[in-house]
Amino acid sequence: MPHHQLIVVGGGLAGLRAAVEAKAAGLDVAILSQVHPGRSHSGAAQGGLNAALANHPDAHDDTPEKHAFDTVKGSDYLADQDTAIQMTKDAPGVIFEMDHWGCPFSRFDDGRIAQRPFGGAGYPRTCYGADKTGHYLLHTLVERAYERGVKMYIEVFVTSLIVDDGRCRGVVAYDMIKGGFHAFTADAVVMATGGAGRIYGNSTNAIISTGAGAAMAYQAGVPAEDMEFIQFHPTGLLTTHILMSEACRGEGGYLVNGEGERFMAKYAPKAMELAPRDITARSITTEINEGRGIGGADYVNLDLRHLGAEKIMERLPGIRDIAIHFQGVDPIEEPIPIKPVQHYTMGGIDTDVDGRTKLPGFYAAGECACVSVHGANRLGGNSLLETIVFGRRAGIAVVADLEGGAPAGDPAAAGAGAVAAMEARVAELVSRGKAGADPYAIRAEMIATTRDYFGVFREDSIMRTGLEILRRLKERCSQIGLGNAGGVFNLDLMRTVELEGMVDLSLCVAEGALARTESRGSHSRTDHPARDDEKWLVHTLAHHTPEGPRLEYRPVTLGPFEPQERKY
Amino acid sequence: MRTVTFHIKRYDPARDEKGSSRVQAFEIPYETSLTVLEGLFYIQEELDGSLAFRYCCRASICGSCAMYINGRYRLACQTNVLHLHTDEVHIEPLPHMPLVKDLVCDMDDFFAKYAYIEPWLIRHSQEPAKEILQSPADRHKLNMPVDCILCGACYSSCPSVWSEDNYLGPAALLKAYRFEVDSRDEAKKERLPKWDNERGAYRCHTITNCIEACPKELNPTEGIQWLKMAAVRRRLFGRAK
Repeated sequence: MPHHQLIVVGGGLAGLRAAVEAKAAGLDVAILSQVHPGRSHSGAAQGGLNAALANHPDAHDDTPEKHAFDTVKGSDYLADQDTAIQMTKDAPGVIFEMDHWGCPFSRFDDGRIAQRPFGGAGYPRTCYGADKTGHYLLHTLVERAYERGVKMYIEVFVTSLIVDDGRCRGVVAYDMIKGGFHAFTADAVVMATGGAGRIYGNSTNAIISTGAGAAMAYQAGVPAEDMEFIQFHPTGLLTTHILMSEACRGEGGYLVNGEGERFMAKYAPKAMELAPRDITARSITTEINEGRGIGGADYVNLDLRHLGAEKIMERLPGIRDIAIHFQGVDPIEEPIPIKPVQHYTMGGIDTDVDGRTKLPGFYAAGECACVSVHGANRLGGNSLLETIVFGRRAGIAVVADLEGGAPAGDPAAAGAGAVAAMEARVAELVSRGKAGADPYAIRAEMIATTRDYFGVFREDSIMRTGLEILRRLKERCSQIGLGNAGGVFNLDLMRTVELEGMVDLSLCVAEGALARTESRGSHSRTDHPARDDEKWLVHTLAHHTPEGPRLEYRPVTLGPFEPQERKY
Repeated sequence: MRTVTFHIKRYDPARDEKGSSRVQAFEIPYETSLTVLEGLFYIQEELDGSLAFRYCCRASICGSCAMYINGRYRLACQTNVLHLHTDEVHIEPLPHMPLVKDLVCDMDDFFAKYAYIEPWLIRHSQEPAKEILQSPADRHKLNMPVDCILCGACYSSCPSVWSEDNYLGPAALLKAYRFEVDSRDEAKKERLPKWDNERGAYRCHTITNCIEACPKELNPTEGIQWLKMAAVRRRLFGRAK
């Protein structure tokens, strides 16, 4: 059974950054990923990442403190202010480091990294590489991981944690290429598996963004924090829900309703299209609900035509390609049909500012974690930043925590036990076979329920109905059958095994949303339209129990920024 | 409801002899729009759970789902059956590659060759406190090669790869080119022995299949010809870059 000092689960930006950091400090590091790291969903990020570099002519007096303020205000004051301040302070350094490692950022004429305006930001501080920033950052870090000699187990599908004597000692994984379940033991594990977008039926996320890492942690007793805060991106492509970057609006694109009106004037007269995502998504949804979609249908237009062909080709070439290939629309000639769709999981594994969790030896970073810097609503450009800031910090924390040597005890027996437990679970699924409950029917009903009952606007009675459906689905999970056992690249096996964790996270979203009787950031309740700082300036912590999530609350860490009404 | 028939080349190491394969047909209903990847998921969920294929972003940026569809290299996610103008869709894994299962080919050699050329920025200077300055004109030189998604279509399409196992192939050489033309790279002649050899640029005979195969419309051939010229400049004229 392979053993490494550090196992990183997930090869996206957060995982790679943690691995590169720990490897440079001399640790034996391995990444386990279900896809080649260069295929991770980080690569689909488009618009950029924020840092107060003050490179833009309109941003000469920008500072990390101002970036922190925008982040906290954007979060509707649910972000922990100490972590937001830490992130914005670390931001310039980690971005310069990515440049030193070769990231092909776009440039201003003076050779400095180019920056563009983004939603909810007081200054143009979003560093970018055209509209493929995630792809460029991801390949830069993959390259650095190769350079440093990080061991990569590619197409290895992690299914559970190995916990021994109250400490995380590794993971169990299905080897997609060779087959079978295997234990990978470690002195420390960093979870970096990304968001849970695919628990929703309308997501911009990659198909592999199932929330698996957060679900495994939750099942192992680490609480899931603030899961009810789901970001809906204002501009998902109409038919496929592929992301149309916020950079479209950062570069000057308009949102236009069926009456030809730039309706954001009604909702955010100053910021217009560059209001934060929660406000913009609600504005679009309101327009659609009140019959002012295009031709009365459930979408509005993102119009880039006035930017001109040259600017579109230079700054938004990827957007143009996607719109042409997936929607048959050339943005130079026609507006792009869009609607708000699930985009980001603000919540996740409860961690401190260095990625540590309550389970010794177990860390988390990136979208699967909740530090929390995004609170109730993440600003565009802060998620790529989060991955490299907190991936790095988690790597440093692991190195520091292992300085005293490896944890006591041999994890081999616990590893073998965890593999046996996984094999027994699969044997049970196979024994029910086709006679068992259909996992794809459960998945289909789950993603429709989250989409329809826990969307942009939420209401008590609607959420209660949705929660009942999800609870029934959870019960059906114990009856699932699996038709295809064993072998290699067994998608049936993987997609069945991951399902229950997705339902668990859906229940965390649902219970958390129902309980939170206020509107804050992305969580917008028609029956409780106001923010309630008296009662709800707290984080939700969902603990796993056999009966479903048990909710506890923890006060938000406040700081220099006094909660105030959000106006843009 | 319209239907389309997918004819899928299948191989399962547990039941098929190595090197053999079968073609299996599946009928898929659709209304207004269907990508090949969506069709594959329909099969996997509804008709045959054992079907194997790679996927991730479904937005043509991750490079997972390159396959050979109706006689062309394509990304399954980016290919709408409407645009194929036929109800018969023939789907094969990337040709000339060893197989894992069904549409999943073995990419180990592909990535070993990528790693071989040392695909990272090499620096010797003390790093500045801020970014390394790079003019927009210098940054433009990177536009084409940095958009590579390592999907392997070019590699699978290259007759020089078919005939010489050791040839690094278009994707790895395009990556070498990407760093050689980066104004921030200080490798000088260090990376040269990796691609200026019998495995490297000279095995490209400008057949240009890679250009046709690339789903991102990149031009690996152009990058490889640049490498050949750069090798001459450095070897014969002693230039560092």
